[in-house]
Amino acid sequence: MTSDTRAAGRHTGMPQYADVPRFDVAKVRADFPILTREIDGHPLVYLDSANTSQKPRQVLEVLADHYEHHNANVARAVHTLGTEATEAYEGARAKIARFIGASTAGEIVFTKNSSEAMNLVAYSFGHAGAEVDPRFRLGPGDEVVISEMEHHSNIVPWQLLCQRTGATLRWFGITDNGRLDTSNLDELVNEKTKIVSYVLQSNILGTINPVGEIVRRAHEVGALVMLDASQAVPHSPVDVVDLDVDFLAFTGHKMCGPTGIGVLWGRAELLDAMPPFLGGGEMIETVKMEGSTFAPPPARFEAGTPPIAQAVGLGAAVDYLTSIGMDAVRWHEKELTAYALDALTEIPGLRIFGPEVPVGRGGTISFALDGIHPHDVGQVLDAEGVAVRVGHGCARPTCARFGVPAVTRASFYLYTTTEEIDALVRGIGSVRKLFS
Amino acid sequence: MQLDSLYQEIILDHYKHPHGRGLREPDTAAGQAEPHVAEAHHVNPTCGDEMTVRVHLTGDGDKARVSDVSYDGMGCSISQASASVLHDLVSGRTLDEALRLHEAFNELMTGRGQVEPDEELLEDAVAFAGVARYPARVKCALLSWMAFKDAAARATAETAGGN
Repeated sequence: MTSDTRAAGRHTGMPQYADVPRFDVAKVRADFPILTREIDGHPLVYLDSANTSQKPRQVLEVLADHYEHHNANVARAVHTLGTEATEAYEGARAKIARFIGASTAGEIVFTKNSSEAMNLVAYSFGHAGAEVDPRFRLGPGDEVVISEMEHHSNIVPWQLLCQRTGATLRWFGITDNGRLDTSNLDELVNEKTKIVSYVLQSNILGTINPVGEIVRRAHEVGALVMLDASQAVPHSPVDVVDLDVDFLAFTGHKMCGPTGIGVLWGRAELLDAMPPFLGGGEMIETVKMEGSTFAPPPARFEAGTPPIAQAVGLGAAVDYLTSIGMDAVRWHEKELTAYALDALTEIPGLRIFGPEVPVGRGGTISFALDGIHPHDVGQVLDAEGVAVRVGHGCARPTCARFGVPAVTRASFYLYTTTEEIDALVRGIGSVRKLFS
Repeated sequence: MQLDSLYQEIILDHYKHPHGRGLREPDTAAGQAEPHVAEAHHVNPTCGDEMTVRVHLTGDGDKARVSDVSYDGMGCSISQASASVLHDLVSGRTLDEALRLHEAFNELMTGRGQVEPDEELLEDAVAFAGVARYPARVKCALLSWMAFKDAAARATAETAGGN
């Protein structure tokens, strides 16, 4: 074999080191002021980004600049500041649309978080009256499909909807390996199904769920599809046109943005057909005492003064992530996940919930330590500066599926390092020593 | 903050070797007065910890006595150890004494580490003084004690109803 064919042969298999988009983690960390903090004399090891991410200086500066120089209400003031604030707010909408491949900025509805985005869609169903688009009519005999892997925010709104309308709630199960069980897809999603709403990446198991086959089946039977992408949009490139879904929800604070700002993306034609949820200022066309008509989307779904600075901050977060590159973020986390899974599976008595291979999963790893409660694990880790999430992670049914009331969860982001995973492993050693 | 102040030896001992664990039926051997039995199930929604506490109350009014406190549940070392201490401290006391203990323990736990515990009254429970400095863990320590208070109130209502 000549060296030429060997070189060519190398490129036919796994991507090589040089093929993978990369960034300088130390440089990224320098953007996040909080990462220099110490906890009890230990450097902060922040492994709770699935809960909320830290914020880079670039976002904090935009927030301060907005309040210091451009603050005014949007869409109703004729003065200069009002115009600047409106431009900044609508500019953020356009940035976010580009970030997820939406065809127009009008498909981006600002909410306060993912929960509100999912509630918004759930409340749009079940309105009586012939004037309501049949896709949003729901009653006895109709079915809503979710999964056992959902965050409470993608369970409870649908339970409430089904209680209100008499529709039936059904769900996908989870396999022992922590994957979505789609073996009964054709039976579960059927002609009675009106909407399928499920999580793109699990906040407990880290599992990245399939989209193509589920969307194909749902659309075949005339059902809509909504994705909870709260744990996906921050960590990997997401393109709503590629996904071919109908709605997608995510939140700003998990992707380097401020709290209090979330996003509902919906296909323009669907948002147009969707009845309003919250009533108030800015969402109307005209108001008379006898009744009102409503503004076109997205304004129809943004009653009252919106989170203006927060939207602008999320726009800055999107600029920041784009400057690093979402492909690079995904690869960075994939490598961290492989490293962490290797290290954690070596620990005696440690059980991982979810896929144990770094394929089809993100950088969120939940585990149990034999006989030691997660609260105790989290407390001892905190004493060494390691911040993890403990509890049911707002996904109690997922925990129940694996027979535990709570888990310990470590989650990574673009600023996480392998040294921090080493600190986690050392901390787990301390936990085992104390409770042995 | 020092982890030792939270995970005192006494707490870890009670956690690893709990006293009086498991829900018990009243002892109905000959000559024993039939106690009033009531239980309460409390949940800590932030972590999913659960605790059922059952109280046997013998006698009425001033003479009411907590003849047994039994419990079952799952949770962290703090919540499990505090249930074990609750059993030790409260079983056999008059209801008045038991509720005074509850009050003292509650005051200690919600005192943000500023309350000097009465060691004579609280015995092993003084080990939880350090927990009061960890706001996220105060609920763990109080879980069984709050369930006890509820169960005792229900048992008392039953004695009142029985008269």
